[in-house]
Amino acid sequence: MPAGPRSKVMPSASVPGSSPRERSDLVAGVLDRKPSATARLITALENNREDGRAALRELYPLGGRAHIVGLTGAPGSGKSTLVASLARCLRKRGRTVAIIAVDPSSSLSGGAILGDRIRMQEHALDDGVFVRSMSTRGALGGLSRATVDAACVLDAAGFDYVIIETVGVGQAEIDIVRCAQTVVVVSVPGLGDDIQTLKAGLLEVADIHVVNKADRPDADKTLAELRMLLTLDGSSNSTGWRIPLISTSALAGSGIEELADDIDRHATWLRESGELARREEAAAIARVSAIARDLISTRLGSPAERGGFVSLVHEVVDRTLDPHTAAQRLIVSGSDLTRSTEERR
Amino acid sequence: MVDVVNRESEPIRVLVAKVGLDGHDRGVKVVARALRDAGMEVIYTGLHRTPEEVVATAIQEDVDVIGISLLSGAHMTLFPQIIELLKRHDAQDRHVLVGGGVIPEEDAAALKKMGVHEILGQDTPPATLVERVRELAIAQRIRA
Repeated sequence: MPAGPRSKVMPSASVPGSSPRERSDLVAGVLDRKPSATARLITALENNREDGRAALRELYPLGGRAHIVGLTGAPGSGKSTLVASLARCLRKRGRTVAIIAVDPSSSLSGGAILGDRIRMQEHALDDGVFVRSMSTRGALGGLSRATVDAACVLDAAGFDYVIIETVGVGQAEIDIVRCAQTVVVVSVPGLGDDIQTLKAGLLEVADIHVVNKADRPDADKTLAELRMLLTLDGSSNSTGWRIPLISTSALAGSGIEELADDIDRHATWLRESGELARREEAAAIARVSAIARDLISTRLGSPAERGGFVSLVHEVVDRTLDPHTAAQRLIVSGSDLTRSTEERR
Repeated sequence: MVDVVNRESEPIRVLVAKVGLDGHDRGVKVVARALRDAGMEVIYTGLHRTPEEVVATAIQEDVDVIGISLLSGAHMTLFPQIIELLKRHDAQDRHVLVGGGVIPEEDAAALKKMGVHEILGQDTPPATLVERVRELAIAQRIRA
């Protein structure tokens, strides 16, 4: 975070479509840094409610100042403890930190145990730290939307850093971390051999590699394997960022200052190299298309669309229409429906 | 797009916490698991929390229900503190407060008068507990 601590005073920039007086209590509360307002807005967005989307419309133009860090790694790799230590370090430097801790939901019941806060209790009474636990709510693709929306709220609320912590399995999780500006991938000793480091997936999205639990005896081997991986592709990285490899022990507190320094160094590099603009564009493309896909699938399930959908399906079954044309007609009729609904308002 | 506002179908969020000097967490883990299996999102904060930490966490997590497990006998001291803190943060109307563990009946009655919505003792079957939590959460959302 290269800029100085952010002032609590928000710019009175005019927000499209609303004067400050018309701002909802929720928006005003978020800008006043009221934890209850921030929390309620995140709930509304998590449930994809219109009041949440309306508030986000007002807040979105005020964001773009926090540094968004995605931190990911295998279950049990010590992510939550590491995030708590990192937050402690950043607080000592006078920065404010928001943490979104994502845990998986049960594929059977949809319920979830969100236990990341257990490791973060030291920050419970600090106004400069906001922690929110989120469940993946099934892998329906809505996870990245809700999580990134929550990050937008916390950004607009004025936190210097927003850290998104997820278990690094599955495409949805990788999508989330790719919306972050700096991706930290946490490895631990004892999870497979060096062939694992050659596989595609999580390791290749890292901007910073961390080997946590460095107090463990086999940590050197994991470090060596990752170093090998980095000599293969780290320096040949076309963007010119040399991926650092940091050894940390969240328990002993070692390596944390170095991690915080490297996150800031990466933030500076992103801006100076022009990579930030490129990433923001990629993230915006991913976000808008994901939301559009969500909208389409919601619309296909809506009763208003049901009739047209069913008749198209019948035509496909009767072979009077091919599936590609049917799908195209569906999307065209869907956009007509949206337009006419808007006009009627 | 027509927006269907149906807050009843949104997942119920529950904070379960052990407060004070009480290291017995087997019961609270069983409760957390039962709520999870009923489709709720359960935030567990671990042992030895203070009333201040519980209230701050409940606000940040925007939970429907705060479940406090107490086997230490300190319920008549700790619950009033939690209620007071919720009032101070203007959050008493936002969260349902439920107590569990070993709480004598006469104390349970007194706690309910103070503003604890329900006391579910250690002999409550999991299915009953889940149903009661769900009822209280839905009723709370309708009031809010």
